[in-house]
Amino acid sequence: MRLYVMLIYVFLYAPIGFIVGGSFNSGKQAMVWQGFSLDWYGKAFSNPLIMEALTTSLYIALVNAVLSAIIGTLTALGLERVGGWTRAGFDALIYIAIMVPGIVIGISTLIAFVTVFDAVNPLLSVRLEMGAWAVIAAHVLFNTAVVALLVRARLQGMDRSLVEASEDLYATPFGTFRQVVLPLLAPSILAGFLLAFTFSFEDFIIAYFVAGPDVTLPIYIFSSIRRGVTPEINAVGSVVLLSSFILLIAAQLILRRSGRPAG
Amino acid sequence: MTRSAGRPQLLTAALLAPAALLFAVMLLAPLLVIVVFAFGERAPAGGYAPAFTFDNFLNLPARGKAFINTLTLAPIGTLLTAVIAFPVAYFLALRCDPKWRVTLLVLVMAPFWTSQLLRYYAWIMLLGAKGVPAWLSYLGFPDIRIINTPWAVLIGAVYGYLPLMVPPIYVSLEKLDKRLLEASSDLGATPLRSFMQVTLPLALPGVATGAMLVFILLMGDYILPQYLGGGKVFFIGNALVDLFLQSRNWPYGAAVSLALVAIMFVTIFAYMRFVLGGSGQRRVALV
Repeated sequence: MRLYVMLIYVFLYAPIGFIVGGSFNSGKQAMVWQGFSLDWYGKAFSNPLIMEALTTSLYIALVNAVLSAIIGTLTALGLERVGGWTRAGFDALIYIAIMVPGIVIGISTLIAFVTVFDAVNPLLSVRLEMGAWAVIAAHVLFNTAVVALLVRARLQGMDRSLVEASEDLYATPFGTFRQVVLPLLAPSILAGFLLAFTFSFEDFIIAYFVAGPDVTLPIYIFSSIRRGVTPEINAVGSVVLLSSFILLIAAQLILRRSGRPAG
Repeated sequence: MTRSAGRPQLLTAALLAPAALLFAVMLLAPLLVIVVFAFGERAPAGGYAPAFTFDNFLNLPARGKAFINTLTLAPIGTLLTAVIAFPVAYFLALRCDPKWRVTLLVLVMAPFWTSQLLRYYAWIMLLGAKGVPAWLSYLGFPDIRIINTPWAVLIGAVYGYLPLMVPPIYVSLEKLDKRLLEASSDLGATPLRSFMQVTLPLALPGVATGAMLVFILLMGDYILPQYLGGGKVFFIGNALVDLFLQSRNWPYGAAVSLALVAIMFVTIFAYMRFVLGGSGQRRVALV
C-alpha cells in the first residue's frame, strides 16, 4: 500500500517536475536536456506581454476574491434571517451557480452582454465592450456561492449562547456582530477568499469567452502553447506554482487552526 | 425565524441585495438569453437572428459524437478516479503517521490549484511519441499510441481530478470511529470482511461527494479533451468552443449548452436522490 501511495505521488508530480525541469533547461526543446540555466526566468520577467498578463490576472483574482468574500458573507448572514421561499430560492440559485459548468457561464455571459452592448452602443457616447470586468463578474458569481456555503456551514456550527451572552451584556447588535460573530467567521471567510483568489487566477475557460481584448495569464499560456511553447512559459508556471503552494498551505493552516478538517 | 417588520427586515434585504443582483444579472439573465437564442436562427454573418424554431434541438444528433464521448468518458473517468483515490485516502486517514498526514494531504490537493494548462501540456509531452510509448518500446511493447486516444483522456481525468477526490474520502474515513473496526475484529471478522462491511459503507458519503464534484467538472471540461484528446476525442465543451468562437452558430451552440445543462441537472438530481439518499449529503469539498 505504501508503494501504491508513493506511485500516486510520482504520478501527480511527474508533470510538475517536467514543467519545473523545463524552466531550468538552457535549450528550447522540451524533451532534450541541454544544461542548467536561469535565462528563461530573466526572459520571462522582462517580457512585457507576460508581465501584463500576470498583472491582469492578479488584478482580476484580487478584486474577485474581495468582492466574493464580502458578498458571500453578507449572503450567508442574510440567509440565516429568512426562511420559506426566499431561503429556498437563494439555496437553489447558489447550487445552480455551482453546478452550471464554467464553459456555459462563459458562453451565456458573452452572448447576453454582447447582444445588449450591440443594441445600446449606437446610443451611447462611450463604447461598452467585454473585458476584465466581465471576467471578474463571472468569477464573483461562482465564488460568492462557494463563500456563502463555507460561511454558512460555519454559522450553523456556531455556539448561539455566545451571541446571547453578548446581548445580555448589553452589546449593540452591531457590537455583537463585530466582536463575537465576525471573529468566529473569520477563518471560513479567509479560506473562501483564498479559494476564490486561486480559482480566479487559474480559470481559463470563462476568461477565454468574456475577457474581450484583455489577456489573462492562462489565456496567454493557452495561446503560447498553441504557437509552440518556449521555456519562458515554464518559468512563469514554476513561479506561479510556488506561489500557489504557499497560498494553499496558508489556507490549510487557517482551516486547521479553526479546528475544522478540510472540506 | 421570521422577525417583526421594520428595521430588521430592511437589514435582511440589504444583506441579500448584492447576491440577488449578482444572481439576476450574471446567472438568470444570461441563462434566459441562452434559452431564447436556442429557438433562434444563425444570422448569415454568424451570431443570432430572431426566429422561433426547434431546428437547433432537432439538429443535436449532428454533434452526437461529442455527447457520446462526454457521457461515456465523464462517468468512467469519475469512477476510475474514485477507485484510484480510495486507497490513497485510506492510507492518509488510517495508515500513515499522523505527523505527516496534513502535509501529504496538501501535497495531493496542491496540483489542482496550479496551472492546469501547463500540467496537461506536460502530459502531451509525456504521453506523446517521445515519452511513455518510447519507453514502452524499449521494454518490448512497440507501436503503442496513447496521446489522442480515449485512454489519454482517462489518464488525464484521473490525474486532473484525483486532488479533488481524495480529500472528501479522507474526511469521511478520518471521522470513522476506530472502535467499530476493533469491535468487528473482536467479533471474529476477517480484515477483508471488516473492510467490506464497516469501512467501505461508512466511507461512501465521502466517495459520493467527491464523485459528484469530479463529475460536474469533467462534464464541462474543455482543456483536458482539447490537449489529451487532440481534437480526436472531443467533449461537449470542445463542440461549444467551436460553435461559439469558430463557426459562430450561436443558436445551435445555445441549444447544445442547454442540452449539457439539462443532462447535468438530471444526472445530479437522480444521483442525489438515489445515491446520497433523501437527506442529501451537501458538503462541498473544494479545498
